[in-house]
Amino acid sequence: MKNTVTTIAGYTFLEGLRNRIFWLFAVGLVCLFGLTEFVGDLAIIESSQIHALFIGSGMRLFTVATVALFVITSMTREMNDKAFELILSLPVARSTYYFGKLLGYFALAFIMVLLTGALLSIFVGTTDVSLWGLSLFCELGIVIAVSLLSLFTFSNVTVSFIVVMAFYFLARSIHAIQLISSSPILEFRTFAQKFMDFMVNALAYFLPDLYDFTRSDWLVHGIQGHVMYHVLLQTAIYLPLLVAAGLFDLYRKDL
Amino acid sequence: MGLAYRSTRERPVGTVPKWVVFTLCAALALQLGYHAVQPRPVPVVRAMPDAPSVRLLDLMSLGEQSTLARVLMLWLQAFDYQPGVSIPFKSLNYHRIIDWLDAILSLDPRSQYPLLSAARVYSEVPDNTRRRMMLDFVYRKFLQDPDHRWPWMAHAVFVAKHKIGDQKLALKYARAIRTHVTPGVAPYWAMQMELFVLADMGEVQSAKVLLGGLLASGMIKDKKQLQFLQQRLNEDEKEEKSHSKH
Repeated sequence: MKNTVTTIAGYTFLEGLRNRIFWLFAVGLVCLFGLTEFVGDLAIIESSQIHALFIGSGMRLFTVATVALFVITSMTREMNDKAFELILSLPVARSTYYFGKLLGYFALAFIMVLLTGALLSIFVGTTDVSLWGLSLFCELGIVIAVSLLSLFTFSNVTVSFIVVMAFYFLARSIHAIQLISSSPILEFRTFAQKFMDFMVNALAYFLPDLYDFTRSDWLVHGIQGHVMYHVLLQTAIYLPLLVAAGLFDLYRKDL
Repeated sequence: MGLAYRSTRERPVGTVPKWVVFTLCAALALQLGYHAVQPRPVPVVRAMPDAPSVRLLDLMSLGEQSTLARVLMLWLQAFDYQPGVSIPFKSLNYHRIIDWLDAILSLDPRSQYPLLSAARVYSEVPDNTRRRMMLDFVYRKFLQDPDHRWPWMAHAVFVAKHKIGDQKLALKYARAIRTHVTPGVAPYWAMQMELFVLADMGEVQSAKVLLGGLLASGMIKDKKQLQFLQQRLNEDEKEEKSHSKH
């Protein structure tokens, strides 16, 4: 099984290379670097901090969108080309196929994090960049698993990508939404308000705390240890949940 | 590319390996438990940041200055309702608000939103110093483009007269409308605000002189309007005389 997983992962990684995903990523990095150089030159003080913040927040979004889109389109093509059925017609368990794809996508994400980290290390200390990069990798892991689950569920590129992005932005902003829903804007708390408050809080239970992940201010002000533990623990809990949900859906598919 | 595969049939749940079902249930339980032990988000009051330079905002707008101006205006307007906490206007830093309003107005000088907010939203604060700061901002911006910004000056007259109770300030603003706005651009009531302020100040003679000036300049053409203004002046004159007898 181990060999099969690594073989599938290797071919998934190769597909990324041949799709020139790293070229696209490098162009994105260079463009953002150019933009931040320009913005950084306007700053009178904190120039390197501005560079780090712009590159950090920009690359975070760019990486998430690129990875999600690549996972969804790559899996869709594999299913349309019947490579998916071909592999599963061999003595390969569905879970082996799933973990192989997951590992391949993780490898792609890892290279992207390394490239971003290399650029950031020009402006920020290695420790802060490493921890920030680790958090980004955790975040990308969740995004990859959500993308796979979404595609298995909806079987459509557009719908899957929108669902993944909606999930991502909701998970990043759920804390603020919770605070707004409990905000005393109106003096009278109606049943509708209480219901919405309850719904938002209930929804928060099922979402990962991406709000606390990969914050750009870590690159400027450093990161506290307990925040990193929270990031790792949340990933350790949520990633298996998504993987199990994806596998559950994959095993139930009647091909 | 759209459809990955069209199969809608699903195999029974029994085909899913037990370890997958167990992992799913265990991870879900862990996620719910982990979230339950996490502290609830605590509202934090954030101070209003300094307004950036207009050049930087210009750059950030990517050519969409009007859009960015509206977005910033909405952000500024909602600043007193930060997530989870409501901040009274009197706790806001009015110097910074004015800087932001100024920057937003520079981004889109045709927008009326910043001046409306200054004249009618931020001047509602129960603090005359802050009210005066806002009115002064409206006055300075009015002088840059009187023909388009006179409505907010008219609001400033109202605020100065009725909210602050400073008749002299109201007179200054009302006079600015008459002297700076191109004749025919603003309606008569706006051009005649100075007249009413003067009359309310007991300056009936000054009001009469101003009315005469308005008549001579041809700004008042409507007979009924003229009758109304004269009637109003006569009433003020009678009132002033009765006060002087007592």
